[in-house]
Amino acid sequence: MYDGGKILTGLIIGIALFTLPFWFNLGKAAKIPEPKLTPKAEKAKFCVETKEYMQAEHMHLLDQWRDWVVRDGNRIYVGLHDKKYDMSLQNTCMDCHSNKKKFCDECHNYADVTPYCWECHIEPKEEEEK
Amino acid sequence: MFEKAFHGGRKYWTVVAILAAIAGVGAIFYLWQLKVGLKITGMSRDVSWGFYIAQFTYLVGVAAGGVMIALPCYLHNYKKFARIVVLGEFMAIAAIIMCLLFIIVDLGKPMRLFNVVLHPTPNSILFWDMIVLNVYLFLNVVVGWAALEAERFHMEPAKWVKVLAVFSVVWAPCIHIVTAFLYSGLPGRHFWLTAIMAPRFLASAFAAGPSFIVLLALIIRKYSKFDPGREAIQTLAKIITYCIIINFCFFLFEVFTTFYSQIPGHMNHFKYLFVGLEGHGKLVPWMWVSMIGMFVVCILLVIPSIRRNEGSLAFCCVLLIITTWIDKGLGLVTGGFVPNPLEEITEYWPTVPEALITLGVWATGFLVVTILYKIAVSVNEEIEA
Amino acid sequence: MGLNRREFLKIAGVSVMGLGAPTMALNALFKNQLNASQISPNPKALHAKRWAMVVDLKKMNKEIVEKCIKACHSIHNVPHIPDKKREIKWIWETHFEHAFPEQAHEHMDEVLEHIPVPVFCNNCENPPCVQVCPTKATFQREDGIVMMDMHRCIGCRFCMAACPYGSRSFNWQDPRPFIVKENPEYPTRTKGVVEKCEFCAERLEKGLMPACVEASEGAMIFGDLADPESEVRKILRSRYSIQRKPGLGTRPAVYYLI
Repeated sequence: MYDGGKILTGLIIGIALFTLPFWFNLGKAAKIPEPKLTPKAEKAKFCVETKEYMQAEHMHLLDQWRDWVVRDGNRIYVGLHDKKYDMSLQNTCMDCHSNKKKFCDECHNYADVTPYCWECHIEPKEEEEK
Repeated sequence: MFEKAFHGGRKYWTVVAILAAIAGVGAIFYLWQLKVGLKITGMSRDVSWGFYIAQFTYLVGVAAGGVMIALPCYLHNYKKFARIVVLGEFMAIAAIIMCLLFIIVDLGKPMRLFNVVLHPTPNSILFWDMIVLNVYLFLNVVVGWAALEAERFHMEPAKWVKVLAVFSVVWAPCIHIVTAFLYSGLPGRHFWLTAIMAPRFLASAFAAGPSFIVLLALIIRKYSKFDPGREAIQTLAKIITYCIIINFCFFLFEVFTTFYSQIPGHMNHFKYLFVGLEGHGKLVPWMWVSMIGMFVVCILLVIPSIRRNEGSLAFCCVLLIITTWIDKGLGLVTGGFVPNPLEEITEYWPTVPEALITLGVWATGFLVVTILYKIAVSVNEEIEA
Repeated sequence: MGLNRREFLKIAGVSVMGLGAPTMALNALFKNQLNASQISPNPKALHAKRWAMVVDLKKMNKEIVEKCIKACHSIHNVPHIPDKKREIKWIWETHFEHAFPEQAHEHMDEVLEHIPVPVFCNNCENPPCVQVCPTKATFQREDGIVMMDMHRCIGCRFCMAACPYGSRSFNWQDPRPFIVKENPEYPTRTKGVVEKCEFCAERLEKGLMPACVEASEGAMIFGDLADPESEVRKILRSRYSIQRKPGLGTRPAVYYLI
């Protein structure tokens, strides 16, 4: 083929760069995330929806909530076991899960996502672990 | 045909390198702006649109200027323009890319740009601006490329190309009519709330756009074997002359309505721009340079011997571009915001980072023009051979 | 095979679309959809057909205006930015000639000339800012309040250009370093979005009056214009009132009693 030398060289460099994450992390295993519940969350026994649903869909739930609250003016959500909640990340979710570093950030850091919710929604002040 | 962009002489690659470097500097400052926010610009709570939107407003007109070549060529079979119509289309591509870049650079949350598409809002003129600009870009890319390729193989362009070309001639005025509508429909801004805003945009566009093309055509003739044709340039010069005179007259009409009616709310903006208001007058010298310069251009271009001499014509085009840029760039946007709705004054001047990002976008546009023109010129040289 | 480049590209394009479209359709159909019947407004919320504010300038003085501004800016985490060009203000104090430039003249009543006039978003009935927003990030609710959806705002500042009253502020930088004392029950904003007074919609839905009205010691009244027996209607019937720039047709929801 034309320019065979250049193409093959480029291809090898390209594949090497593409697989860099594997070479870089060879031998290290990332810790599986273990989000910790606060005592308040443990006491509540259940969340707005089931744990499995929240794990998979909490982002969609929050997305829906923000449109319902801001755009439609509705505030009350009927969740699991017909319990009523005020639809608010800052005042409801973070009220129970007030340990952002050990709860929210655990999975977010593992999945390397940076949701910008907390740029606006104030996170509760956390005490340093002794 | 794109491979033609990769085969150039030393001068070509030097130009490309310099432009890419300037664009790179602009990009770095833009990354800083993304990190820190728009506070690195000179904009304020009172003057909330500044240099970026001013450039966008000016370039939208330049982009449509190419239609002044396409219209006689496609609608009236003016064959003398046939060789340079592709120059108009390629320049339009670069100008529209700059427009879109300036809008993105001005946004507070550019990562949410897609919201304009996800939540279409027909009552917002910005929505229509997005549509109109992108369709025009698409038209110019498709028509320009197809026409050039047809020319390369000594064929007539396909029928659908001609249909799209005619459609783009109709579409082109839309882009700056819609941009003018951004300004002329706002009830609280008396400097802009005038029906003559759209005609002013049209007139200055059809003067500034072809001026760019004349200058670029002269440069091409100097540095390559492609000669756009002396007659084509002269016809463009005549179009430019009429349009700049009309543009200047439109400005005088505005002055009449404002100062004959003596309404303070309207006069205040003109006064701020041309004589200063309450001790504030940063833009005064610029506005006078712009208006006197524009008047001088009108007089010079009317004189046939000056128009026929390509050297003095080039000088007039440069002066025209500078004066219309000051008028539509600095004057229009700042004048609308000063004084503010509470009759208070906050002045505006771009900061260095703002100017560098602006320069970076301009360099990007010129880079696109350089590459596309190189392709067009190379194709033409190939045909001549 | 005899495929040329153009045909190959056409087939490739169609294949990508053919694979992509059903995947997207399946995703959309089988996503867990939340049931909209699970939601309702707060039972304590105040409702109105058309909220309006009446500012009694005769009762206004510097202390009251400052109390109103402090109340509003503190509970809404409005930052205090010393650079006047980047300041953010939802409500502020000005004088008659700036609030009502078309009414002011050279020989005005001296008291009126110097009264501190609080100005803020008029929450117009015919808002030009809503008309120009390309994403509906600012929108008008049924009860007349012009709301901001901070999640959707792209920061184009078209609304700021459109507002005839200069009521809107833009976050030219991250506001958090400039917030004097954070109210943990209300979010802050982030750089790149526009903000303004929203008639304390978040307090109305808890059954509370706007913060400035509460702090104003009776100088500001809030109520439903559509209810002929509301306080706002009664006071508008009995006193002379003006609005800001009425000739523009924005139909503000804020009235000033002189």
